[in-house]
Amino acid sequence: MCLGVPGKIIEVNENSTGMTMGRVSFGGIVKEVCLAYTPEAAVGDYVVVHVGFAISQIDEAEAQKVFEFLQEMGELAELDVPQPGETEREADG
Amino acid sequence: MKYVDEYRGESEAQRFVQAIEATVTRPWSLMEVCGGQTHTLIKSGIDRMLPSQVTLVHGPGCPVCVTPLELIDRAIAIARRPEVIFTSFGDMLRVPGSHADLLSAKSEGADVRMVYSPLDAVTLAQQNPDQQVVFFAVGFETTAPANAMAVHQAAHQGVNNFSILTSHVLVPPAMEALLSSPDNLVQGFLAAGHVCAIMGFWEYEPLAEKYKVPIVVTGFEPLDLLQGIYMTLEALEEERWGVENQYARLVVREGNQPAQNLMSQVFEICDRKWRGIGEVPMSGYRLKEKFERFDAEKRFDVGDIDAQEAPECIAGEILVGVKKPHECSAFGTKCTPERPLGAPMVSAEGACAAYFQYGRGE
Amino acid sequence: MSDDSETKPPVTMPAGPVCPIPISDYPKVQLAHGGGGRLSQILIEEMFAKTFDNPELDIMHDGAVLGVGGERLAFSTDSFVISPYFFPGGDIGSLAVHGTVNDVAMCGARPLAISCGLILEEGLPMEDLWRIIQSIQRAADEVGVHVVTGDTKVVDKGKGDGIYINTTGLGLIPDGIDISPTAAQVGDQVLVSGEIAVHGIAIMSIREGLEFETQLESDSAALYPLVAAILETGGDAVRVMRDPTRGGVASALNEIAGQSNVGFRLDEQKIPISEEVRGACEILGFDPLYVANEGKCLAIVGPERAESVLAAMRSQPLGEHAAIIGEVVEDHPGRVYLRSQIGGMRVVDMLSGEQLPRIC
Repeated sequence: MCLGVPGKIIEVNENSTGMTMGRVSFGGIVKEVCLAYTPEAAVGDYVVVHVGFAISQIDEAEAQKVFEFLQEMGELAELDVPQPGETEREADG
Repeated sequence: MKYVDEYRGESEAQRFVQAIEATVTRPWSLMEVCGGQTHTLIKSGIDRMLPSQVTLVHGPGCPVCVTPLELIDRAIAIARRPEVIFTSFGDMLRVPGSHADLLSAKSEGADVRMVYSPLDAVTLAQQNPDQQVVFFAVGFETTAPANAMAVHQAAHQGVNNFSILTSHVLVPPAMEALLSSPDNLVQGFLAAGHVCAIMGFWEYEPLAEKYKVPIVVTGFEPLDLLQGIYMTLEALEEERWGVENQYARLVVREGNQPAQNLMSQVFEICDRKWRGIGEVPMSGYRLKEKFERFDAEKRFDVGDIDAQEAPECIAGEILVGVKKPHECSAFGTKCTPERPLGAPMVSAEGACAAYFQYGRGE
Repeated sequence: MSDDSETKPPVTMPAGPVCPIPISDYPKVQLAHGGGGRLSQILIEEMFAKTFDNPELDIMHDGAVLGVGGERLAFSTDSFVISPYFFPGGDIGSLAVHGTVNDVAMCGARPLAISCGLILEEGLPMEDLWRIIQSIQRAADEVGVHVVTGDTKVVDKGKGDGIYINTTGLGLIPDGIDISPTAAQVGDQVLVSGEIAVHGIAIMSIREGLEFETQLESDSAALYPLVAAILETGGDAVRVMRDPTRGGVASALNEIAGQSNVGFRLDEQKIPISEEVRGACEILGFDPLYVANEGKCLAIVGPERAESVLAAMRSQPLGEHAAIIGEVVEDHPGRVYLRSQIGGMRVVDMLSGEQLPRIC
């Protein structure tokens, strides 16, 4: 069960029943979201929203790791495989 | 869009594909549990980009698909009552019951309305004190906190004309049922990222240990899926098992505590019937006694429901990955998205619908 | 004297063709039958086209082309049932003018005149009607057509959404222009005049209470000046034009693929879409390719003129974000394929039923 969309909190408030609510922007579209399950999230933080509820806050540092992973994979690949032109230079030298 | 676009980059995707190709030395069978992941895989074409030794089996992570036929029939019967405003997410409106679906019931005069959030249904109940507002609470653990909050709010604000028809299902028991089956061919799993955002992933550790399978908690964007698939294949090639977390930007091992707390106040675990699979013990949620009065199944007596599945529908085999949609005799002919015989053809997450829409039958 | 009241003659059904939409399938009309997708197509092809059966209709373009005294007239009709009838960026009146003017323009014709039929619900506020009528006049004025004839009916309260409008338009097709949905050829380029999915999302935003930081307005507009620029630059290299209304770009291209018996290959990275519309589609779970547009047009243009037509479109106010989004291919005739953002491939099928917001 899946459709969760990341959005940026632009406002936090409490509704008439004491439930923490917020306004979250998804690329410019703003929607009212219940923030009861992400009590630490503040204005400027990113959350993933499912059926009108923020289910979790996005950890920026962890978010970068996918790209660090790719970077490492790329570097490993370079170590294993001779770069184009290397063998030719060796042959020439 | 931040945290979306970065995970849809073409060159990054290609690098993952190359890494996967370099890693794989023999055939492997992986299952992505969640229907939303199936959707992304097929929509972005990842399934066709993987090396042929990798087989992706689409799992039963479609709560719409596994909602029992009797419950759909019951929902329609309740919706037809004149005093009822029946509310539901869009996904459920076209799922076929024995004779009709909610949308066709609507065309015949039933007051069926689509909502985005269960809280909208509670508001609707407050605005219509003379009507009964029923909400079709279908979903995995991801949606349970929202449904729990709706019931909790209704209780605290005395919105007594509100009730829910529950069809909540849990992922770990379904995975256990799959893994323990002698027919199981799946060797590695991509666990459902948003389910794990709520529940954490500690529940999968005993499963990984017992059945010696790698389980990788995976997100929903193309790069998430590619990385999840890569991590699972790497583990398989290295003969490792256990739980890893690809979706760490959102998921922690313990999950979301405030959500789990409210869920445990409102819901308790029970046995549940899965359409196409049968009864899986301790695999669902029902309202706790304290909140029983909000149970639509108890509130509305709609008599005996005699549910009849379409005989050609092999949804059960599709849901556990034993068959692929195009292997069904009715696929694309008697069973199409306009005229579905079973849920996997009509649900946005359903394997059959994904195959049909994105041309995998050819 | 026999007692006639006892022996009534049996009631017989009139002999003739049997309803082609099998009663067992759809005993009642569904909302999806008007949605612009597969069900609409089936209804039109199986019931209407087969019954009315004539060469002008059989072409199945946005408008019909009639030969009259050596000239070619484009003739089109459209009905408007949108609710709410006032929305950001327009109202049912301006939409009614733009919709029909655009259908006429899609035949390559300069719009000449339109008619306006009104079905009003008892209780419709007179002030609202006044606003709508003014809006119709303004829209007609902008594109240089007159509302030359019309009709008004009033139905009982409860039998209409306030107001329904039908407009019919006539236009003149200049010599040398031969636009037809059957004319797409392998190698042709697919152009779109701007950012997609705006109208559908703008309407959803009011219906479903989505809030926008910048108010999203419907893109409803009269396309004729843009079409004139396309035709002037493209000439006979302009094979097909279509405004992708209900069912979106995907449905329009699927129809053309079928009618021209060619395949389409689109590139997801090239399809123009604004951030806000994308955000809304993500939340709703919508595919923007299936969402309605009301001020956009697709043009299938021969490769030799595609770049210059693109430049001509971009120099027009309505074509600022025009782009080439794909091409016509020999493979998979009748089907539309898309190269995804990450370089994968998938089929873009005809819409099945109404696109419903999803949570899964």
